[in-house]
Amino acid sequence: MKKYSSRTISLLAVLLGLLLASLLLLVTGKNPLDMFSALLCSLTGFDLSAPQKGFNLMYPLNWLLNCLPVMLTGLSVAFAYRTGMFNIGGEGQFIVGSLAASAVALFVPLPPVIHPIVCVIAGGLAGACWAFLPGMLKALRNINEVVICIMMNYIALYFNSWVVRTFLPVDQKTLARTIQFPASASFAQLNFGTSSKFHFGFLIVIVCLALYWFIIEKTSFGFSLRATGFNKEGARYAGMSTNTNTILSMMIAGAFTGIAGAIVTLGVYSYGRIFTTFDNYGFDGISVALIGACKTSGIIFGGLLIGLLKAAGTTLQLLGISKEIAQLIQACILIFIAIQYGIVVVLNKIDGRRKESATKS
Amino acid sequence: MDYAIEMLNITKDFPGIRANDNITLQVERNTIHALLGENGAGKSTLMSILFGLYQPTSGTIKVNGQEVKITDPNIANDLGIGMVHQHFKLIDNFTVTENIILGKEPKTKFGTVDLKNAEKRVAELSEQYGLKVDPKAKISDIGVGMQQRVEILKMLYRDSDILIFDEPTAVLTPQEINELMDIMRNLIKEGKTILLITHKLKEIKAVADTFTVLRKGRYIGTRKVADVTEEEMAEMMVGRAVSFTTEKKEATPGEVVLEIRNLNVKDVKGLPAVKDFSLSVRAGEIVGLAGIDGNGQTELVYALTGLVKPESGSVILKGTDITNMSIREHYKRGLSHVPEDRHKHGLILDFQLRENFVIHDYDMEPYVKGGILQNDEIDRQSVRLIEEFDVRSGEGKDSLTRSMSGGNQQKAIIAREVDRSADLLLVVQPTRGLDVGAIESVHSRIVQERDKGRAVFLVSLELDEIMNLSDRIAVIHDGELTGIIERKDATENELGLMMSGALRKESKQA
Amino acid sequence: MKLLIEMFPIALMLASPLIITALGGLFSERSGVVNVALDGCMQIGGFTAATVLVLLSAAGVKNGIWWAILAAILASTLFVSIHAFSAIHMRADQTISGTALNVLAGGLTIYLCEILFNAKSTASFNNGDVFSRVSVPLLKDIPLIGKLFFTSNYPFTYMAYVLVVVVWFLMYKTSFGLRLRSCGEFPQASASMGVSVVKYRWIGVLLSGAFAGLGGAALVLSTQTYFNVGSIHGLGFVAIATLIFGQWNPWGILGAGILFGFSQTLSFYVSSIPFLSHIPSELVNMFPYVLTIVVIVLFSGRQVGPKASGEIYDPSKR
Repeated sequence: MKKYSSRTISLLAVLLGLLLASLLLLVTGKNPLDMFSALLCSLTGFDLSAPQKGFNLMYPLNWLLNCLPVMLTGLSVAFAYRTGMFNIGGEGQFIVGSLAASAVALFVPLPPVIHPIVCVIAGGLAGACWAFLPGMLKALRNINEVVICIMMNYIALYFNSWVVRTFLPVDQKTLARTIQFPASASFAQLNFGTSSKFHFGFLIVIVCLALYWFIIEKTSFGFSLRATGFNKEGARYAGMSTNTNTILSMMIAGAFTGIAGAIVTLGVYSYGRIFTTFDNYGFDGISVALIGACKTSGIIFGGLLIGLLKAAGTTLQLLGISKEIAQLIQACILIFIAIQYGIVVVLNKIDGRRKESATKS
Repeated sequence: MDYAIEMLNITKDFPGIRANDNITLQVERNTIHALLGENGAGKSTLMSILFGLYQPTSGTIKVNGQEVKITDPNIANDLGIGMVHQHFKLIDNFTVTENIILGKEPKTKFGTVDLKNAEKRVAELSEQYGLKVDPKAKISDIGVGMQQRVEILKMLYRDSDILIFDEPTAVLTPQEINELMDIMRNLIKEGKTILLITHKLKEIKAVADTFTVLRKGRYIGTRKVADVTEEEMAEMMVGRAVSFTTEKKEATPGEVVLEIRNLNVKDVKGLPAVKDFSLSVRAGEIVGLAGIDGNGQTELVYALTGLVKPESGSVILKGTDITNMSIREHYKRGLSHVPEDRHKHGLILDFQLRENFVIHDYDMEPYVKGGILQNDEIDRQSVRLIEEFDVRSGEGKDSLTRSMSGGNQQKAIIAREVDRSADLLLVVQPTRGLDVGAIESVHSRIVQERDKGRAVFLVSLELDEIMNLSDRIAVIHDGELTGIIERKDATENELGLMMSGALRKESKQA
Repeated sequence: MKLLIEMFPIALMLASPLIITALGGLFSERSGVVNVALDGCMQIGGFTAATVLVLLSAAGVKNGIWWAILAAILASTLFVSIHAFSAIHMRADQTISGTALNVLAGGLTIYLCEILFNAKSTASFNNGDVFSRVSVPLLKDIPLIGKLFFTSNYPFTYMAYVLVVVVWFLMYKTSFGLRLRSCGEFPQASASMGVSVVKYRWIGVLLSGAFAGLGGAALVLSTQTYFNVGSIHGLGFVAIATLIFGQWNPWGILGAGILFGFSQTLSFYVSSIPFLSHIPSELVNMFPYVLTIVVIVLFSGRQVGPKASGEIYDPSKR
């Protein structure tokens, strides 16, 4: 059987996902073209439904803004996956990352530029701590990380709300968030005069991407992480400390997501949030990592794609299409990636038939 | 001629490879017919076709003179063909009876499984064919010998007339093998036909009437066992004259390298697996550990390498107590380990070959500097090992290890471990699944290492391998050392009795 | 003690969806397929039940609740067949496939809510009088046990009891159970005995979907007045924990489910329990999830789960 690159499979999965979503829209009486025009609008800045408005930089900037957290959560899921773990605890790590960043933003007075960086580091550490338990239980007791991670997500939800209400200065008007962060704690905006909230936090994402690539591909630490991910017993036989690897890798994964939480809270909200439900960035990360086959370049692509789906959500809603369609597309892509063996078989059949007809003629 | 099975001109193609090339196999009713061939000769493919797991590309199958199409194992069962698998297909936490009746359960009038009746039937069958089993015992609680009898009963319960035995003696002691031969003769008396798949010539000589030889997917010939010597069989199987004994000089043992003192190890279930085990291995000698599968060898090896911490006792390597040191520390202190399971341990199959060559030393100079991998150094080492040990693969050092043949995977492990120039070479089941050519090269390499003055501890389930290579032979039964004898004093019979625990030899060693 | 007796029916009511769903998970895992999509199935079940009930009462159908339950079971079974297909035929990573279904369920239910009700939730339903509390004659007179388990409970509680017995019977007394369990332990052995691994795994996964759909319906119909994105709030995963804590055994699941039911009841009663009343509500809400982790950690040591669960079945592997 011929092999196909993970890139081919991902692209096919994305196309099939979009196709299925279009079908669903058709069945439910909506126009799939609206969806594509919303996607195009975010991508290029040209709103096809109102061409007279011309190019609007806000759309692409919002697209990139949406890419930042999902690239980070994508890195997170990928990092754990390379070591053989499924980090589905992103929601919790995201929330505690946001919480830690908020606490530092409110309580630790620091000069601008330094202040957000320290907040991000705090967020990363908090995410790492939150991921420690599932990693440790997996390493030492071989407990499946999926259920533990999900429980940690819900615990984070209530934990955050308790800490914010009990220990942080709550905004007395709404009672649903903290007071505004001091100006020093926020990332400087980079919106070129548009109303987009795109900010300098993107530099941190680029650093994280580079770090991921470097650790996994270039270092001996990455070598042993990959060995552990492929074959834990084999890595142990080789003399690698697989338990430490498992815990560390989960914590580094948690750190990436914690940083995502910090960046969103600092860059977009500028106040400490009381989460009533999940933001879903953690689940988005699963899609990003799997679309990108856990490779750095793939994660950039997957992040751009999922960011695009999220960014288009607002435009979609204006067109009367529920923004849940973005989640549906993601789910379909995930399913197709899960059944990639089947896709390869089908591709082989098509290939075989083509060759057959070629030899006949 | 009255044939029970005829497989005529069978050819089977897999993508890129012809596994069976125009093979004809005719098994006379009520006889024992052996199918002989090396690993990779096409025996299992041919049997999978007979059993309905694969469809032949061309050729016909006749059962009892009728042409048949066997498209799945159920059809084979219905035709009265049953297979006793080499790796038992038994469910651990089911009882003997549940395993036997699975898929063909007797029912009570309420539609529930009638276990009482089933147990009675199993007891009757076991009586009739002289296959002693306990119908109510759980598989996990019974020994290998009884498990094999359960496998045979599964077929008898289904009224199979044609029984295929796939390498049935691999896990048995010489005495158990004799018992099995008696069972097989008994089955013939009861009117069954047996097809015996094996690569062991002695067994064919002892029990079979006729044999057919396959080599590299081709049909070589069918002969009466009585007309042929073992040497001739071997030549038919390998294609050239072979001697199964490796040339070697008298050993000149030096100082003690490995010393095992009163070692106790528990298995995964927490039961004692190695009991008060003591043994020493000196430089320049090969000590073989003989024993039946599951008698504590795996746990002993794990304890020697640090994969498992022993309960008590100590492992001393060149005078240093390494018992509680980390796995990595074991390697640093002079251990090389060719593991039993090359897929579970041994290799990271999804790594490139080059990466597998450095899995112990990847974070030591020269392969790493300041935490960063030095790919040039890794490549240089890989190229050297590939050349020196003749490791063959599609894309050289960059090949995905998973894509390589079993023999070359094993060569890669041996290359890596031998090249680490350790003082103790711990070799476990080094030739499992290899063909004769590869076996010869692995064996001569092991002897070479001995002659360089290394201590070699060989653990193998193949008694022939132990007899062929060892200078001294230790025997393990139920986790206990049942004796150590010099190779020149060892007889197969005596070793067999020691392997089954029936005989103990006081160790003469100080 | 009085408080305990008062809490019991509520705890059992909250336990029932967990028990029912975990029994579903039992079928799937015993056949060798891990189903982390139980949560998604519960969402589909809860959404379908709520929607059908709302639509039927709008159409004037009385006792639509039984149709709602039936529809929930069917919808969830259909939904889980995606997982069955990818896990059994496509050699999919079962965790990824299950996660995909969870994401799909979350998106699909809300998307359909927007289409049908123009909101992020279904309209409110009225579950009528079908769900009044009942006592079981005879059994209720058993001392203590009768008082706690068989007096003025909700119908879903009794349904859960019955299903525990039915599942136990199927699993351990019939040839169906023997074969299904063999597929989760050593599928190659099953296949060599002529048992169709594919068939039994399909049955296992479909039953898990049916049960989880029923569980989701039970949860939404008995404890809520409409379905929204937070209706299931991770209980599908708590059901998986119930399965693990119950040691993959129907009776164990019953016990584990009741324990988790109690842990959720606490938030209702915390103010009336003297030594707990000053604990912040967030921490009380956290409790069931913390308990789940604790229980899994305590009971992880024993390896009693099906051996081949989660493994891809490759018929050519021997």
